[in-house]
Amino acid sequence: MSLFTISGSPHVHSDTTTRKLMYSVIYAMIPALLVSVYFFGMGAVRVILISVVASLLFEYLIQKYLIKGPATITDGSAIITGILLAFNVPSNLPTIILIIGAFVAIAIGKMSFGGLGKNIFNPALVGRVFLLISFPVQMTSWPVPKPLFAKGLTDAITGPTPLGALKEELKKGETVQQIMDNGVSFLENGKQVVYHIPSYMDSLLGDMGGSLGEISAIAILIGAAYMLLKKVITWEIPTAFIGSVVIFTGILWLVDPAHFVNPLFHLLTGGLMLGAFFMATDMVTSPMSSKGQLVFGLGAGILTVLIRVFGAYPEGVSFAILIMNAFVPLIDLGFKPKRFGEVVK
Amino acid sequence: MLKTFKLGGVHPAENKLSKDSPIEVLPVPKRVAVPVGQHLGAPAIPLVKKGDTVKVGQLIAKSGGFISANVHSPVSGKVFKLDNVIDASGYRRQAVIIDVDGDEWEDSIDRSPEIKKEIVLDQKSIINRLNEMGIVGLGGATFPSHVKLMVPDGKKAEVLIINGVECEPYLTSDHRLMLERGEEVLIGTKILMKGLGVNKAMIGIENNKPDVIKHMTDLAKDFDGIEVYALKVKYPQGAEKQLIKALINREVPSGKLPIEVGAVVNNAGTAFAVYEAVQKNKPLIERVVTLTGKSVKKPSNFQVRVGTPVSELVEAAGGLPEDTGKVIGGGPMMGKALYSLDVPVVKGTSGILIMPDEESHRGETGNCIRCGKCITVCPMGLEPWLLEKVVMHKDFARAEKERIMDCIECGSCHYTCPANRQLLDYLRLGKGTVAKIMRTRKK
Amino acid sequence: MNDVVLYAVLSLAAIGVAAAIILYFIATKFKVIEDPRIDEVEEALPSANCGGCGFAGCRAFAEATVKQGSEKNNLEGLNCPVGGNEVMAQVASILGLEVEEKEPLIAVIRCNGGKINSPSKVSFEGATSCSFAHSLFTGEGGCPFGCLGLGDCEAACDFDAIHINPERGLPEVNNKCVACGACVEACPRDIIELRPKGRKEKRIFVSCINKEKGAVARKNCTVACIGCSACFKVCEFDAITMKDNLAYIDPFKCKLCRKCVEVCPTNAIHEINFPPRKKKDGDKKTPAKTLAVKHPEKKKEVVVEKVNLTEKVKQEEKPAEKKTDTKKPGPDSVEKDKKTDE
Repeated sequence: MSLFTISGSPHVHSDTTTRKLMYSVIYAMIPALLVSVYFFGMGAVRVILISVVASLLFEYLIQKYLIKGPATITDGSAIITGILLAFNVPSNLPTIILIIGAFVAIAIGKMSFGGLGKNIFNPALVGRVFLLISFPVQMTSWPVPKPLFAKGLTDAITGPTPLGALKEELKKGETVQQIMDNGVSFLENGKQVVYHIPSYMDSLLGDMGGSLGEISAIAILIGAAYMLLKKVITWEIPTAFIGSVVIFTGILWLVDPAHFVNPLFHLLTGGLMLGAFFMATDMVTSPMSSKGQLVFGLGAGILTVLIRVFGAYPEGVSFAILIMNAFVPLIDLGFKPKRFGEVVK
Repeated sequence: MLKTFKLGGVHPAENKLSKDSPIEVLPVPKRVAVPVGQHLGAPAIPLVKKGDTVKVGQLIAKSGGFISANVHSPVSGKVFKLDNVIDASGYRRQAVIIDVDGDEWEDSIDRSPEIKKEIVLDQKSIINRLNEMGIVGLGGATFPSHVKLMVPDGKKAEVLIINGVECEPYLTSDHRLMLERGEEVLIGTKILMKGLGVNKAMIGIENNKPDVIKHMTDLAKDFDGIEVYALKVKYPQGAEKQLIKALINREVPSGKLPIEVGAVVNNAGTAFAVYEAVQKNKPLIERVVTLTGKSVKKPSNFQVRVGTPVSELVEAAGGLPEDTGKVIGGGPMMGKALYSLDVPVVKGTSGILIMPDEESHRGETGNCIRCGKCITVCPMGLEPWLLEKVVMHKDFARAEKERIMDCIECGSCHYTCPANRQLLDYLRLGKGTVAKIMRTRKK
Repeated sequence: MNDVVLYAVLSLAAIGVAAAIILYFIATKFKVIEDPRIDEVEEALPSANCGGCGFAGCRAFAEATVKQGSEKNNLEGLNCPVGGNEVMAQVASILGLEVEEKEPLIAVIRCNGGKINSPSKVSFEGATSCSFAHSLFTGEGGCPFGCLGLGDCEAACDFDAIHINPERGLPEVNNKCVACGACVEACPRDIIELRPKGRKEKRIFVSCINKEKGAVARKNCTVACIGCSACFKVCEFDAITMKDNLAYIDPFKCKLCRKCVEVCPTNAIHEINFPPRKKKDGDKKTPAKTLAVKHPEKKKEVVVEKVNLTEKVKQEEKPAEKKTDTKKPGPDSVEKDKKTDE
């Protein structure tokens, strides 16, 4: 018989492992993956595959040859970064740009801080924002969504996103109602085309322009429900984030409905759902305590609204989350969990 | 709605394999090694020497201070020698080794089977009797019981709480004791109430023991002032502070004892020992020990004399399984891994868990992913991830500030961590170092 | 446009001048007058900030020397182990004082159990911390005084002077050691002692601190000191004392005659940096000889093995061209803290 083992207590362990948590997140992203492939076809497949493979490859190479330590790519975190990065780009993004994005996300966003658990900023968002600022044209030409196997359409045909279209027209001085009724006209391959803001049903299901992950709110919600059930994420951040966006856009809309679109529109368009459930809730880059998480979500929501409504970009979720990531160490210091037996002085 | 504590808690698999095994009296071994330090506080001072003849229940070591306890011989025979004997950790401690001859008891001990209900002694005499008989807390902490009943000036005891929770997986000694000797436990409770000077007692039992709850509730009808409460199954419900919070909804302040909120907590096994001490004049020389494990042929509850080597219990339960990887004294959450099977049973041994090799090894440690689960499960509201980091960086001032001394070492954080981080190891290291620093500060 | 530039230049210049005046007044008003010798002394110190002198860094030591030098006119009790006699002489000359030369010290590991001589009786899993393992159990070898081999000493060293040898499971000190005392503090079992380096770097010490009775100690480790007093009886210089079943050699009385090394039945006494011994026929008490008599075929190997022990130790303590293999600290090892805490 082998020697007895001596270790400190406890001598049992729960089933939860890092890998199980990561893979639960990956499973939760499957509905959104399927919807993106349905609407964007082979473009989506290409983007997702390349992003995931590049992320895994870069992480493996850096861990094995630069850091010269064990390679931990099987824990699933690089796959998540790859998928989230894919979710944040248009499906016609050139491959080389995508690979650069994956490199920045993994090498700078994650490994340079010390690997899993040590990064301050959400790696996928670091990659996405880097690409947005470095390759603005390629990152903002959105293919028009089409149901799978529809004939005659390729992703060479691009159009605006609902938020993008809205912002452009509001700048020109039109009111929200006019935009909704008349649509937006823009040049496409030399022709004058009218783009109509999609209906709520279309936005919900995913029949709208945008990046792979942000189009279908329902797919995100299904995934989110799975993660909440599996206790991979908790309610605080999504509720605070979405709640504050609804409240602040609601206030603006009530004050001036001609120039501010209603909260439901904000909910269903742009990357708010994706951001609130998958990006802001990233464990590594969000606060640890319940109160801290609420503050984090609230801050992200306010920043999103500010950027969307008053800022230069039509979409503010990525920047909002990155800015709040920077505050997380401070939030952790300020918001401690409730202690047992607190001595009231 | 079952009562419970609000903050934290985990749900390890219960595995109460031996809950239906009635208490079996283990035959007296051929040789016992009785350590003189089986309790919190100063070790007792031996009174016997090599060659002396002793009887069961004879005083063989006298209490070594205010916080200390008497030690009595669990067997009759001749003292073989006084020597250092290994304890669970492998360190050697002074013990009285006795060669067993027959089973002759001290005449003062009442060995009749009848249950004596009437309590004759007064409060002061009860406390003295507990001191004489070497009664210590049998829940595992082994704090001298007579000291617990001596309420310091300025504090007032309002309620006695009996801990029948047994929240550790696998352990069933309190379960069987309450089921088979429930009336004695209740009389012991009454004695403790009198010793403490209160007329209210609450017995907390976890809801995974419905037979015990029913039995004790029925019996308690004949006892004034004793109420039985079923508690939600959640580890560590049996921890003193959590039990008090669940039953009377008061939180013991940081750094203070339960008497601060008017409560005194005693284990159900201690209540039984108190009954035997006061009503039968019997010192603490034996106790119920669970021997269990998934590969054990006969998971059992043995009534064992103190000083019996663990190997005897293992033999009686069907022998050491082939695939044994770890032998644990206590439960899997807070028990101590034993150095070898030669370790003697002591007053604080509630159970022996034989763990198969495939469950005995820790997973590989990864980076902390800041998931926050350790915070969610900590019953004391601490941040184990932060305390581990701070201890690794040797910043003990920060560790003290972040309330590392509040940690009850329940192991919930370590149990939960998805990255298999060795949280409790570092918390213990931190607590030890901070305690040392605090002691030197006082000087 | 020119106006804007002009105004910008003027306003910035005005702010600059105002700031300069304010800073000048503050600097003059709050100037700290310090003895200039403190700076001079600090210059002479090695700037390791290791705390080996007992003070919080080189600056603090410099202040202490100047203070004591002015008040008591001597530097007694003050010593920089890293700089050694050379640096202390410089410090003394700056202050116009004399300082006596001190014996250079080195860290010595007083345990030779480890994996080879004290084989594992149980298998440990847990935090890689000697302090933790010490509080949990006796150690895999079973000796409650023995080295746990988890590297708290290695983690504490600022000078890359001590490393755990993974094959032996014991720490080894190389000549980078400046005897700052960090490893002595770090070891929870007080196994490491600072002893004089010795004449020509030769030294002899008992490599065991086990205080248990001989039979008990021997059961756990084959090279334990069993307290037989053979060394005590053979020492002509009264350098050896016996206490609690353990021999101790006083380094200041030891004349390096090596009689105790020959006579120790368990090889618990170590000699460092001595030339290999010539085998004498008259040696009655060497265990090598005793073993050789019982096993004539092993005679040569055993003698060579004993000599090799000295060789091996000598090689390990000499300047190492190659770094000895160290157990790479895992992610959960105790990280070195370079800042002073508390």
